[in-house]
Amino acid sequence: MDFTKFFPLPVVASAHGHEVDLVIYLIHALMFVLFLGWGFFFIFTLIRFRKGKNPKASYTGVKNHISSYVEVGVALFEAMILIGLSIPFWSKQVNAFPTRTDTMEVRIVAEQFAWNVHYPGPDKKFGKADPKFYDKQSNPLALDRQDPNGKDDVVTINQLYLPIGNPVIIHLTSRDVIHCFSVPAMRVKQDILPGMSIPLWFTPTKRGKYEIACAQLCGIGHYRMKGYLTVESQEEFDSWLAQQISANAESGGDDDFWN
Amino acid sequence: MSGELQHYDLPFWKKYIFSQDHKVIGIQYGITALIFLFFGFLLMLLMRWQLAYPGQPLPVIGKWFGEANMPDGVMLPEFYNQLGAMHGTIMVFLGVVPLAVGAFGNYLVPLQIGAPDMAFPKLNMASFWVYFVGGVIMLVSFFVPGGAANSGWTSYPPLANIATTGQTYWLLGMVFLITSSLLGSVNTITTIFQLRAPGLSFFRLPFFVWGQLIAAFLLLLAFPPLEAAGVMQLMDRVFHTSFFMPTGLMISGQPLDISGGGSVLLWQHLFWFLAHPEVYVLILPAMGIVTEIITNNSRKPLNGHKLMIYSVIFLGFMSFIVWAHHMFLTGMGTAISTFFQATTMIISIPSVIILSYLFITLWGGSIRFNTPMLFALAFLPMFGIGGLTGLPLGLSTSDIHLHDTYYVIAHFHYVVAPGTIFALFAGIYYWFPKATGRRMNELLGKIHFWPSFIFMNVIFMPMFIQGLAGVSRRLYDGGASYDFAQGVLHLNKISTHGAWGLAIVQIPFIINFVWSIFKGQKVESDNPWEATTLEWAAPNCPPHGNFLKPVKAYRGPYEYSVPGAKKDFSPQFEEHT
Repeated sequence: MDFTKFFPLPVVASAHGHEVDLVIYLIHALMFVLFLGWGFFFIFTLIRFRKGKNPKASYTGVKNHISSYVEVGVALFEAMILIGLSIPFWSKQVNAFPTRTDTMEVRIVAEQFAWNVHYPGPDKKFGKADPKFYDKQSNPLALDRQDPNGKDDVVTINQLYLPIGNPVIIHLTSRDVIHCFSVPAMRVKQDILPGMSIPLWFTPTKRGKYEIACAQLCGIGHYRMKGYLTVESQEEFDSWLAQQISANAESGGDDDFWN
Repeated sequence: MSGELQHYDLPFWKKYIFSQDHKVIGIQYGITALIFLFFGFLLMLLMRWQLAYPGQPLPVIGKWFGEANMPDGVMLPEFYNQLGAMHGTIMVFLGVVPLAVGAFGNYLVPLQIGAPDMAFPKLNMASFWVYFVGGVIMLVSFFVPGGAANSGWTSYPPLANIATTGQTYWLLGMVFLITSSLLGSVNTITTIFQLRAPGLSFFRLPFFVWGQLIAAFLLLLAFPPLEAAGVMQLMDRVFHTSFFMPTGLMISGQPLDISGGGSVLLWQHLFWFLAHPEVYVLILPAMGIVTEIITNNSRKPLNGHKLMIYSVIFLGFMSFIVWAHHMFLTGMGTAISTFFQATTMIISIPSVIILSYLFITLWGGSIRFNTPMLFALAFLPMFGIGGLTGLPLGLSTSDIHLHDTYYVIAHFHYVVAPGTIFALFAGIYYWFPKATGRRMNELLGKIHFWPSFIFMNVIFMPMFIQGLAGVSRRLYDGGASYDFAQGVLHLNKISTHGAWGLAIVQIPFIINFVWSIFKGQKVESDNPWEATTLEWAAPNCPPHGNFLKPVKAYRGPYEYSVPGAKKDFSPQFEEHT
């Protein structure tokens, strides 16, 4: 019987997702064993030592040290998961950012109640942004349209497209309050704190359309602050990006580019 | 001295309202906290309607809540967020902690250590009334423009800083509640250190007193940072300082007119520096109550008494250095996350030890299954589930998936609701005869216990499943708009129906409680449970001053079934047994 079948975890669509799940499975295995062990002991004791069966209590009670061994066992198992899995995993996720040349970089600026996605375009350079250019409708990312690096940038709202198999680094910032970028299928979740830019990385490994949820209470629209992550092949992604860039160009060049 | 006090006939308002008697204050705390507990539960019932039937009008009573909250009986997200924030705040700060610490601590600590009263009776009175004012401010906040606080019980800025006026009331209310806790904790610590009866060494203290002592230290040392943080957030809101506000914020497209330069993380650190120890403030008195009742009803000494005391001290220390496990996903580096994961795993060990010894104490006992014992026994596996499910949240790797999902809700509710609250029920049934001279009805007690036990699990068990599926907490529609939540959405209805059931089966408790005060079966003995600790040496409904003659402790607190003794309990206060 497959122990993991009991867990209603969402499908895993990222390279590191199984490592997160492994920790969940192992720690739950420990929990089940402890709970069942305690439970059997508990129920047996209640029946065996009920007043009707055992009218005279023992003064000394349990003399052996089985419970101490159990506690040492629990401590060792926890230490094993911590040192063997959790710490190395964390270190990989927050310290060892991918350096492969095909690594994608994307910026996401969260605001009440939308995800603004900013692609750097083929030049891989993000155009400058400054709050003075902000316009909720036409320029939610407050991009400086004069910046040459920003000419080929692509902006979407609530739609994140990524090619399959490439690591992606997402730089998360917030314009107003704390949000939390959560994609359960990718096993990524990261608080977005205003005043800070927090990078996050993962490698999508499965095609499909996945939901992006806000996981930190951010106001009355929190429950509907939802986006989509579409993972597609490199070719599909490239043609999507090219289409976006040409659509931007067709919509009138520099001056009314943002209108 | 204590004998003389009884001769004064105090006027009514001094005896029952502005009383300095720890027992009256304890009962004041108890009644007020029970009412708040019930009120907080009602807020949750409203939310559970919306979660199970999102967007559907609440029949009959829905329209009572006004156009601003529930037009035509349909709850607005504004109101849902208020209910969420206030449910948490009321349950923790106005319900469970005042009941566990204010009521049980006040009533029992002086009795269990053989003292005539608390060390500072006036401070004690002040503590209750400051708490009361804090509670009133919280209630009033529902009626200010925009309603009550709506940024979660955690009140994270910037959301809380830009929230409606209710948040200012919340902060003011918290300042009062924190002040009350500080006054109370100073009093408890001094009382336990200074007023123990002769012979009552620290290792002869009942475990309940140990739980209260450590909880008092936690309150004393952990609350000031939150009080400071509360004042800072108040200044951010009222005087437009920027303690928690970074530069460059734009709210709905408009730049915020503030100086900026603050840190949103600072609040989280200060908040969790209190709020994690607060968990142990909730749980230690509960463990104390359960220990008293389990030893009494298994007629056995506590196994590993000393080790349990060492564990609870260690737990107290450790609880100060685990707080940032609530913040793994704020962009934490490896060094810090390693530290907090390690301390979190370490703190699980003393909890496991305490729970194990409570289980082991039952072995070899002669177990009586009365109502207090049933609640105390149910505490063990329920707290067990709550504690164990803390492990995957304490490891930053599994926390990535489970953080801020319903798994978290289920986890801490198992600790507090069928955990701590069951222990508090156990305590009410157990010490009721001491406070009133009458017993609560056993049949009604069992009618209260069994369905409560079942419904608690019906409510919270499904939330683990929802959490594993990835459903976020604090969603106004309970996750209905997410595709990945569809498979577990029907569980919202199960939880809601369980909550209705839980509400209904509290009726026998309320009837039992009120009826028994006046009509309950009278107890003849001062020690109806044949217990061993000092409170049973005092007469029932102890007079001001508590004991009719000075008490002395001759032995440890749990000397049951001592070989060679005439009866199966050897009270601390009897020299020869």
